[in-house]
Amino acid sequence: MKHVTQKATRHVNQNEGLIFEKSSPGKGAWRLPPLDVPDVDAAELLGSSERKDLGQLPEVSEIEIIRHFTRLSTWNYAIDLGMYPLGSCTMKYNPRVNEVVSRLEGLANGHPYQPEKISQGALRIMKTLSDCLIEITGMDDITLQPAAGAQGELTGLLMVRAYHESKGAPRKKILIPDSAHGTNPATAAMVGYAVENLKSNANGMVDVAALSAQMNEQVAALMLTNPNTLGVFEQEIHKIADLMHSKGGLLYMDGANMNALVGKVRPGDFGVDVMHLNLHKTFSTPHGGGGPGSGPVAIKKILRPFLPTPIVVTKSDGTLGFDYDRPQSVGRVRAFYGNFGMFVRALAYTLANGPDGLRQTTEDAVLNANYIRKGLEGVYDLPYSTPTMHEVVFSDKLQLKKGVKTMDIAKRLIDYGFHPYTTAFPLIVPGALMIEPTESESKEEMDLFIEAMRAIAEEVEQDPEMVLQAPHSTRVSRLDETAAARKPVLRWKPSQSH
Amino acid sequence: MPYPTDRKYTKEHEWLKLDGDTATIGITAYAQQSLGDIVFVELPKAGSEVTAGKTFGSVESVKAVSDLYAPASGTVVEVNPELATAPEQVNKDAHGAWMIKVKLKSPAEVGSLLSAADYEKFVAEEGGS
Amino acid sequence: MRYLPKSPADRESMLKAIGVRSVDDLFAFIPAEYRLERDLKVPRQMAESEIVDWFRERSRENGDGYASFLGAGAYSHYRPVVIDALISRGEFLTAYTPYQAEVSQGTLQSIFEFQTMICELTGMEVANASMYDGSTAAAEAVMMAARLTGRRSVVIARSVHPEYREVLATYAFHQGMPLSTIGFADTGRVDIRALEKAITEDTACVLIQSPNFFGTIEDVAAIADVVHKRGAKLVVSIAEAVSLGIVEPPREADIIAMEAQSFGVPLGFGGPYCGVIATREQFVRQMPGRLVGQTTDRNGKRGFVLTLATREQHIRREKATSNICTNQALVALMVNIFMTIYGKIGLRELAKQNLAKTVYAAKSFGKHGKLLFSGAPRFNEFVIQTTEDPKAINSRGLGHKIVGGLPLKKFYPELRNASLWCCTEMTTRSSIDTAVGLVAESERSQRTTDEESAVQEVGR
Repeated sequence: MKHVTQKATRHVNQNEGLIFEKSSPGKGAWRLPPLDVPDVDAAELLGSSERKDLGQLPEVSEIEIIRHFTRLSTWNYAIDLGMYPLGSCTMKYNPRVNEVVSRLEGLANGHPYQPEKISQGALRIMKTLSDCLIEITGMDDITLQPAAGAQGELTGLLMVRAYHESKGAPRKKILIPDSAHGTNPATAAMVGYAVENLKSNANGMVDVAALSAQMNEQVAALMLTNPNTLGVFEQEIHKIADLMHSKGGLLYMDGANMNALVGKVRPGDFGVDVMHLNLHKTFSTPHGGGGPGSGPVAIKKILRPFLPTPIVVTKSDGTLGFDYDRPQSVGRVRAFYGNFGMFVRALAYTLANGPDGLRQTTEDAVLNANYIRKGLEGVYDLPYSTPTMHEVVFSDKLQLKKGVKTMDIAKRLIDYGFHPYTTAFPLIVPGALMIEPTESESKEEMDLFIEAMRAIAEEVEQDPEMVLQAPHSTRVSRLDETAAARKPVLRWKPSQSH
Repeated sequence: MPYPTDRKYTKEHEWLKLDGDTATIGITAYAQQSLGDIVFVELPKAGSEVTAGKTFGSVESVKAVSDLYAPASGTVVEVNPELATAPEQVNKDAHGAWMIKVKLKSPAEVGSLLSAADYEKFVAEEGGS
Repeated sequence: MRYLPKSPADRESMLKAIGVRSVDDLFAFIPAEYRLERDLKVPRQMAESEIVDWFRERSRENGDGYASFLGAGAYSHYRPVVIDALISRGEFLTAYTPYQAEVSQGTLQSIFEFQTMICELTGMEVANASMYDGSTAAAEAVMMAARLTGRRSVVIARSVHPEYREVLATYAFHQGMPLSTIGFADTGRVDIRALEKAITEDTACVLIQSPNFFGTIEDVAAIADVVHKRGAKLVVSIAEAVSLGIVEPPREADIIAMEAQSFGVPLGFGGPYCGVIATREQFVRQMPGRLVGQTTDRNGKRGFVLTLATREQHIRREKATSNICTNQALVALMVNIFMTIYGKIGLRELAKQNLAKTVYAAKSFGKHGKLLFSGAPRFNEFVIQTTEDPKAINSRGLGHKIVGGLPLKKFYPELRNASLWCCTEMTTRSSIDTAVGLVAESERSQRTTDEESAVQEVGR
């Protein structure tokens, strides 16, 4: 290795098999208190429904469990270890106070069906968070129920459909720019809409002329990500919104990139009718290895009758309660009220920031992305020179000449102590390197990142084969995904010795 | 790349070999190459109908899915059973690893498909764009 | 702001490097009319200690210190402390979806173990990495059955959790999937004759829950017979995962849609929970959600990757099996650790304690109120019918720090003054006795009122 990175050093990590390989009869990590009621005969009570054997469930002791999962954890990269510049994922710091308050007894053990009289704390949290999110987005109302961004999209489009139906017909199509997240078309299909692709213009933005040609009374809504997946703010957003509204269509905003706007611009002010937020992106709830998320949907007044049930209301005596009596509602999208634990965390984050902190956060996120853009411009191809906000998208065009692709550069970045950026997305940039540093990175960390990316660009010129073989420092080298997909092994089996 | 002249081709990168009124259909070497390692081939059941220009199945690589378009209309009489367990056959020998055999409604339809030379030219243009 | 790692001098030097004068220049691209020139009206920035105090206050207003008999899809089980100790590790907590397998082996291996244990517990061959929750898992399983059969309509047992049914109705409506509902017999089980009548040539699947919403264990084999004879699929929802420790899993099902909250996930006022779909190997390509598979690296070393991704939205877009993107990875990790702690023997013992407490409670309550659905086996829930509205009894219970069973009138008006009670290993005998006392008291006073009004009638 020519470049010795300052960020990472190799260290010993422990090998660890599957938990089943540690199991042997008679070990255990549990102990129940003595029964204070008479014991029962399961066979007599359950008859043929009685289960006699739990198969291959493990039998291990507590220390083995602690070591097992601790060892596994050390094989992961995480925000707590360093910069995690996955574009469109907003991998920001997950404050620890969020975790502490979400585990307070009354909140962690609250049952969703306990009487409203003893649920005022939870309801107050939902109400306060709702008020904050409504103010931040500039919208009129909100539902916290959707479990994640994709379910937020579903909920939003269900409301769009219900709205059009109330006007006579649901309409047929949803317009989606070619730069959109894959969830957008998948969601439109679930709500029974046809998807029509909208081409971007030379600046990576919505082509307003094309939109104007495609917009008609068959179009229910445009699903727009703003700033879009190139990190570019749709400068003609007012024209876009007017165009949609003039033909009776609605403007849906995918709020995945809200971290570029909070405290600086409000979607409600630029004509958005319905949008979802990702609390696990913008509002710092932990990604946890892929979830749980939370995808509240904020709306303008016109969509209020269609909100999922129940909604939180203030009753005449000043206490809070749930209102289930909403005849025009689109129904429920999940049981109970949503990922409440994430509401607690998102609210704790909002309170820790206040108006000044939220604004500074956005400014720092945009500052960081532009700093990286400046630091790597020229070294990597920048397909769109339009000003970017919280993320920047390069391409592997220059490196491709040596046969090195975006994924190879990403894998090499691991050796330098960083998590890769998002590869091969958005689809409108062939060989994309999509970088979102978030506000959580210091200047020092970003300087190390820029240095690493520059070093890799040099390596591509001098020793492309080495980059193609990266990563070189991880427990496992590149894995055979083809074999995994051809003959899927999706569970452990006892015969499988290793 | 030389394409066998004993068969016809489509712009969707399928090949079709006629034997009486039965056509054997697969995807071209160019198609398998641009897809990469094929991990799954989804095909219709024998007895089902396929329509010219409409999808009749799909091929999957690790990170992409491509629809298969029928070059001509007819009834599926046989499906290559090998591909269910060994999709890699398509990568190894695209012009040998046939997918379905179809009893054509009107074998004359096949006349409008591309010859090997025309297909080669088409691929050269597409690859260069 | 204490989360932001930059000094004013850092910001200055970065702006200089970029070549702009102020940070506002970076926002200049946004039309001026849309830029917010005032502070957001949200609470002022708070100190950590203030935040903790504020939430502590909310926690105290939220049923802290009550003994609860609520179940109905959200169960109170003991959470071994090891769970939070492990999931609090930043490497699990603050990692993203394991797309980059080389730096995500910890998450990937733990999901592989999770999938394996779910298969063992459900008797299925494959399980996914998790879904949002039990309700959405059930809805997604039903849509999967429609893809498998090419049929459109769905038959749902009325003894499936009412809110699960509502979610399914929302999902199915725009898929053009007609839903029909079948009732329950006196045993609380699915009415088999009604089921036979409800299935048509177009029925993609039948959705049941076992143990069902009333806690009754369904005769899954008998139902599966009827369903399969007509070429439909059987989808079984399991809301109380601990039941799998002692109740035979619905092996005859084609798809199992599960809620694993009982396995170490806090009640948390309804979420986040952990849904899972498990099925047979032959159906795996129609299964929604993430899957982890085993493979090898370039040196032949065992490793794990996300696999069969072509089913998913980021590749197939509008043709995907579902729009699901995030799963519940961290919650699935809690579930995984819980299953590892209790394991093969402990889980059965745990389930048996639930059974014992429930038998004791049902018997005691049954002496005063009317125990419904006694003709079939149940796990840890039961339905008691009282003379008085259970809301009134529960309201008195709050004074004794008892949260009574769930009044069922809202969901099942025909059951009148019935309520659904749940006992787990956390329920103490003394709280059961107190709650039974409240019901006994209510029945006595109702009888007295009845007698009084009877006397008045006579006197008139």
